[in-house]
Amino acid sequence: MKQFSTTYTYIFSLVLCLVCSILLSVAAVGLKDRQVANEQLDKQKSVLMACRMIKAGERVTPDKVREMFGSITPKVIDLLTDTYAEGVDPETFKEKDSPLLPPMDNAAGLSEISQYAQIFQVKKEGKVDRVVLPISGKGLWGTLYGYLAVASDGNTICGITYYSHKETPGLGGEVDNPMWKSYWPDRKIYDADGNVAIRVIKGAAESPESDPYSVNGLSGATITSRGVSNMLQFWLGEEGFGPYLKKLREDGSV
Amino acid sequence: MLEHHLSLFVTSAFLENMALAFFLGMCTFLACSKKVDAAFGLGCAVIFVLVITVPLNNALYSLLLAPGAMAWINPSLADVDLSFLSFLTFIGTIAAVVQIVEMVLDRFVPSLYASLGIFLPLIAVNCAILGASLFMVERDYNFAESVTFGLGSGVGWLLAITALAAIREQMRYSNVPPGLRGLGITFLLTGLMAIGFMAFSGIQL
Amino acid sequence: MQFGKKERETVLDPLFNNNPIALQVLGICSALAVTTKMETALVMSLAVTAVTMCSSLVVSLLRNNIPPSIRIIVQLSVIATFVILTDQILKAYLFEISKQLSVFVGLIITNCIVMGRAEGYAMQNGPYMSALDGFGNGVGYSLVLMAVAFFRELFGSGSLFGVTILNPVTSGGWYTTNGLMVLAPGAFFLIGFFIWAIRTWKPEQLEDN
Repeated sequence: MKQFSTTYTYIFSLVLCLVCSILLSVAAVGLKDRQVANEQLDKQKSVLMACRMIKAGERVTPDKVREMFGSITPKVIDLLTDTYAEGVDPETFKEKDSPLLPPMDNAAGLSEISQYAQIFQVKKEGKVDRVVLPISGKGLWGTLYGYLAVASDGNTICGITYYSHKETPGLGGEVDNPMWKSYWPDRKIYDADGNVAIRVIKGAAESPESDPYSVNGLSGATITSRGVSNMLQFWLGEEGFGPYLKKLREDGSV
Repeated sequence: MLEHHLSLFVTSAFLENMALAFFLGMCTFLACSKKVDAAFGLGCAVIFVLVITVPLNNALYSLLLAPGAMAWINPSLADVDLSFLSFLTFIGTIAAVVQIVEMVLDRFVPSLYASLGIFLPLIAVNCAILGASLFMVERDYNFAESVTFGLGSGVGWLLAITALAAIREQMRYSNVPPGLRGLGITFLLTGLMAIGFMAFSGIQL
Repeated sequence: MQFGKKERETVLDPLFNNNPIALQVLGICSALAVTTKMETALVMSLAVTAVTMCSSLVVSLLRNNIPPSIRIIVQLSVIATFVILTDQILKAYLFEISKQLSVFVGLIITNCIVMGRAEGYAMQNGPYMSALDGFGNGVGYSLVLMAVAFFRELFGSGSLFGVTILNPVTSGGWYTTNGLMVLAPGAFFLIGFFIWAIRTWKPEQLEDN
């Protein structure tokens, strides 16, 4: 075997490091724009899926997504004051830049809740037609993250979608199932007294007209079903988007 | 706070067991599970290395690599995002820590070195170690959480490999079909153990 | 460059006679977690094959100039570089799948096959043969991965590559999906039976208890 001097070893490792890091930096910088665009596109797709502007399994081109998103304006809500957050640009808002709410016991089982939340308003002929709210909460294995679309009356659900979860495939993982999602539209959130009444029940629910506050349970996934109910209880209640939806309900133009 | 850490510990040790739920560290898991003592020694070494490397990588990531992490050096560096270097940094840290631990043990605690020493080089390329660091980044753990997470996943891995080794020792007295002997039956056993560990799911602390 | 008998053997040997997963139990760590769907398994297979091939090639080119004392870390750096490149490309061009693969792309670094071929073959052989060897082992690995994914997706979700074959009950069909298949234990059982089948077919690979 060849002998190598210590100097050679140092130079060899230095050159190797340089070559590797230059190669990687070029790749990372060159591909950065595409990656950022992808991430944004992914989020936009979830929002569009929540308000059922994209159907499940439908393949849409990035241009189409951007075009559809043209009618949607992001807003940032301050959950402490229940108004639009000041000094935050809704377009570039990132959740990790938001301060946290003081820790509290919450139905969703979250250990940290951001004070600011980015919501999306879908406009039709200049008026708010639907709002898409971010929801999250504990399921069986971990936290579920998704979006809930609510009509401009602040009470009727338009759709729901989860973009990230760790539930058991085939059981709790059925939150992704288009069939299950199709049970949601036209259900009502609040009962006559203004309490959050929507929940996922065990077994099958009646039609939205006769049984407006119940949604079919996920068979074999009691804890996930309960988690979904609980997170809605929290996010649509007083601590969450309740006050905002109330305003939307009352004057229709927020 | 304590409750949160306890819950994280239980989750990482049982529910999200590195070996049985994420298939990490399988190569060594299968190769070194013939004898209980060896399995136990390897498991201890894994805990040891995990408890050091996960927090260390956490510190490196949050101080140097994460997007905007270098703002503390100079505000002008706030836009720098070196997260693409994290794989390379993590594996480098792990290899270096394993090497240093080996040398320190050899010098100061020869008795421990005698029992753990032979396992340490194996660990540098154990997926469970790198996997733990990658999960730590993906799940956004802070420093304290990363210590608990490292410990929890290590303990989970130790439990899994020791239990498997104990079963394999007993397997010698069984009449296994020729084609299944060795690896085949080990996979089936691991599958059954994974089902057992899943019984912990849904535990809320 | 030529492709004769020796070259063909280098490529084909790891497929059945000396399959890295089924016989040498290498690299299954990252292999199993991504096999619930054919699509992710295919992308993972391509990534591993590409990384094994490229890193074997580079390590082989450098083999006479690598100081033995830093051999392992040099191999690791070369492998890690290719893995990061793969990860960056996946994130840019196949975002949805890279999201599902999550940390498992990064774990190719510690995949014993890649490391094993670099250390065991590329350090002693020329670049052309090393690349072929890396390719062969990558394909051998892919074969097992795809076979496992085939069963897991077909019986676990009733589909192949996302196309519904057996219409599951949850979507209003008739097929009751096999929950075990999509969970971790299902993969262990499948590999176990896979090894059993191969060893019954090729009895010379039997081992003692």
